[in-house]
Amino acid sequence: MEAPILSIENLTVAYRLQGKWLEAVREVSLCVSAAQTYGIVGESGSGKSTLVQAVMGYLSGNGAVRSGAIRFEGEDWLHTPRRRREQLWGARLSMVPQDPLSALNPALTVGEQIAELVQRHTEDTHNAAYGRAIEMLRRVKLPDPEGAARRYPHQISGGQQQRALIAMALASPDLRLLVLDEPTTSLDVTTEAAILDLFAELQDDHRAATLFVTHNLGVVARMCQRVAVLYAGEVMEDAPTETLYHKALHPYTRLLLRAVPRIGDHSTLQAIPGRIPSLRKRPSACVFAPRCPVAIDLCHAQKPPLERAKDGHLVRCHRWHEIAEGSLRVEEAPSVAKRREIQSTEVTFFDQLFSAEQNGAQATIMRAEHLRVQYGVRGLLGRLLGKKLPFRAVDDVSMRVPRGKTLGLVGESGSGKTTFARSLIGLIEIESGEAHLLEMPLRGTPRQRTKATLKAMQMIFQHPEESLNPNRTVGQALSRPLMTLSGMARPEAERAAADLLRAVSLPADYLGRFPRELSGGEKQRVAIARAFAAQPALILCDEPVSSLDVSVQASILNLLAQLQAQHEVAYLFISHDLAVVGYLADYIAVIYRGQLVERGKAESFFTPPHHPYTEALLASIPLPDPQAKQRRIRLPDDQPTGGVPSGCRFHPRCPRYLGEICQRQAPPWHTDEQGRHYRCHIPPHELTVLQTEDGA
Amino acid sequence: MTAYLIRRVLFFGLTLLLTSLIVFAAVRLLPGDVETAVLGRGAEPAARAALREELGLDLPFFMQYGNWLSGFLSGDWGNSYAMKLPIMPLVMERLGNSLRLALIAMLIAVPPSVLLGLFAGLNEGKLFDTVFSLGSLILVGIPEFVMGIILINVVALGWGILPPSASVPPDASFGEALPRLILPSLTAAAVLLAYIGRLTRVGVIAEMRRTYVRTAVLKGLRWRQVIFKHVLRNALLPTITVIAISLGWLISGLVVIENVFAYPGLGRLMVFAIQQRDLPLILGGVMIAVTVFALANLIADLLYAALNPRIRLG
Repeated sequence: MEAPILSIENLTVAYRLQGKWLEAVREVSLCVSAAQTYGIVGESGSGKSTLVQAVMGYLSGNGAVRSGAIRFEGEDWLHTPRRRREQLWGARLSMVPQDPLSALNPALTVGEQIAELVQRHTEDTHNAAYGRAIEMLRRVKLPDPEGAARRYPHQISGGQQQRALIAMALASPDLRLLVLDEPTTSLDVTTEAAILDLFAELQDDHRAATLFVTHNLGVVARMCQRVAVLYAGEVMEDAPTETLYHKALHPYTRLLLRAVPRIGDHSTLQAIPGRIPSLRKRPSACVFAPRCPVAIDLCHAQKPPLERAKDGHLVRCHRWHEIAEGSLRVEEAPSVAKRREIQSTEVTFFDQLFSAEQNGAQATIMRAEHLRVQYGVRGLLGRLLGKKLPFRAVDDVSMRVPRGKTLGLVGESGSGKTTFARSLIGLIEIESGEAHLLEMPLRGTPRQRTKATLKAMQMIFQHPEESLNPNRTVGQALSRPLMTLSGMARPEAERAAADLLRAVSLPADYLGRFPRELSGGEKQRVAIARAFAAQPALILCDEPVSSLDVSVQASILNLLAQLQAQHEVAYLFISHDLAVVGYLADYIAVIYRGQLVERGKAESFFTPPHHPYTEALLASIPLPDPQAKQRRIRLPDDQPTGGVPSGCRFHPRCPRYLGEICQRQAPPWHTDEQGRHYRCHIPPHELTVLQTEDGA
Repeated sequence: MTAYLIRRVLFFGLTLLLTSLIVFAAVRLLPGDVETAVLGRGAEPAARAALREELGLDLPFFMQYGNWLSGFLSGDWGNSYAMKLPIMPLVMERLGNSLRLALIAMLIAVPPSVLLGLFAGLNEGKLFDTVFSLGSLILVGIPEFVMGIILINVVALGWGILPPSASVPPDASFGEALPRLILPSLTAAAVLLAYIGRLTRVGVIAEMRRTYVRTAVLKGLRWRQVIFKHVLRNALLPTITVIAISLGWLISGLVVIENVFAYPGLGRLMVFAIQQRDLPLILGGVMIAVTVFALANLIADLLYAALNPRIRLG
């Protein structure tokens, strides 16, 4: 094998905080050779960002490499002077960052930002460099590259911004190392799939070594030949992708793979208890031992070495021999999750589930009929000064949520899913249409609503730190709704608050803690406990696990399922992640540009026929299995501006576009024999044939 | 952008109209009455009535306001009670003087303050930054009249380089007037220097933490390219706005400095008018001051929009 482009040897990176060195990356070694894609997987706090910064040779202020070495094309990268680094950055090594909008300068055009890099590393004139920028934009498949070059970052969509950054990173013909730092994390799943394809395709040309850093096990499975699993700054396991996904030897890797929801798999997710230790409290023995279900005394006493289990398979665990032999089981036996026999009476009920016309189904607790929500008009003065045209974020959405069930609402950013939930709870005004909860009309702001309405519906938000008051203890946060909504006296409310904490599996001494003393998952548990305090009939869950790590996400999903079984509460579960929704929901609805395009029962949802948009979503999800077979359907990037498309709103991006009818006519709802509903000009039997024959 | 422009200009007009109404009403609330001010304490009731009629003071409030407004718009601002002179040329001459002072102060203050602020921001927490922060805080803290008096005593009376008074003969050329303008401009510039410098520093620090700076560095750009092409373009946006707004303050708000240096600016004229209960002069002066202020704000807004593609291109 040829010499590696990048080699990291025993690298330890630390941050100096209050006079102490805290190690964020410990004794990491790995090599990446030309044309290889090497994955680094880690949750938050794993040290992956620090590793990226160290590799780029650009650590933030108080960070420093404490020991070890980084070699870039054989050169001692840590002792390369700044001047030399400036010559290499952008020319021989470059990086694609996570959040494309903030990574681009808002005050310079896209073309200029690429051209200046070209100009820096070549003898080109500005015009030649600009021409090269346009050529690069074409190579990353931006439609209208000349136009895109003239635009400012905020004028193009997130996917296009990321393409521009990729164009920038690959602009140099001498590229040797490409570092991808969570390059698709902030993108929608359909965009993510297209960008991942682009990476794979371009790598065939540039043949640079690629370091792909991500938290997403599905992305790694699709993209990488080799993966290192990082936990609390240390490499736990390092193996070829196939081996890692099917013959993992480290308990952490195995558990992580059992914590990801997978489409079509209804066995219970297994959560990893506890959380990644903070920088200050890293155990000196095995860093994973405190959370490991199979840890023995030795694990708490002595640090395991990174051992070679097989050729090219490294693992850091005292018990890997037992796991390899199969004599030690890390995971629980798979059990089938709650659900999922919907009785025959419910099938007829379900047919009425979304139709606004029919009424009176006993078990419906919330029904929304022809709901519309508009943004951009605010009073007379708003009209005078307002700059934005009115924009209808929710347009004629009707749905029902049955008692004790979960309705999953799936959509990408800008689909109107969150707006829909916010309009139900009164945070946004409903423009027209009606919504009823337990036959009580949902109208006006929360302040104008009756106590009974407020009590019956609660909401859990995506970011728990933003929905919990930082100056209130957990106990205060929980007893307040008990007193105001349930009318309890203070001592009674405090007792009930302790019960609530127990229900979400938090110890009672958390009552006196402040939100800042809790981890993200614990905060979300408190938010869930608070939502349950009022004993609601319906909880609106707005992306409740999206900001959490995989291992924590599983425990929250299980908690929600368990509480639902105990309390017969209904969820409107909003998410961009079909796998997560598929795990929890009884019914699923898909929303695109403010309108529902498909709805159906969860258990039959993942077989055809699908609305073409749902089909594309399913084909885009990165599956956490390198052997997974998936149809390849890619959508063109959505345009950030422009009005609502005529006819079918999906037609500009639709891979099954028929012709003029899609542009002119709003599609009708179809129902197939299984009671699945979707809105498309293609009838069910044709769509089923189309979606089963090709690809697959 | 065009729609934005039109909206801002309409808003500018509305601001002036509303202010004029408020000022017109407020002037009427000043203690003392016009008759006493003009005719003296022992005036006959008949003479007072005649004067009221002559000045239109017997009309209803909105009629008075309407008359004044139409006069004001057509350039007839009335005569000063105290000086018995037409108001408009009086105010305009003083406005010219104030403008001259403001521009010189601006030229003295802006370039060094931006440079110092930039340098302090790039060296956040280091010695230069600490000295700059402390020094600018002291400078902001010294009242204008104290600074003026110190300058007069040290530079004019102590070293004898520049004249202590800034009273310029009306027919003096710019070259003759300049030495007299330096000390008052310097006093105004001192406050501005600290203010703009601190703002630039904060802007630079905030921008340096943004992710696009890392992108720029990792392109291999040279340090000065990163700073001057990427960082300053964004960091100076608030600074430019503040500079435009301070122009309004420099022209119409330098009452204290003008008094200390006996400089015939707009501020001193206003003080005189208020002391004399010279209502039409107060009105004219205030309206010009307000216009200058609103205009400075308008320019600041438009400049911000023009320099910020997010607003310019929506």
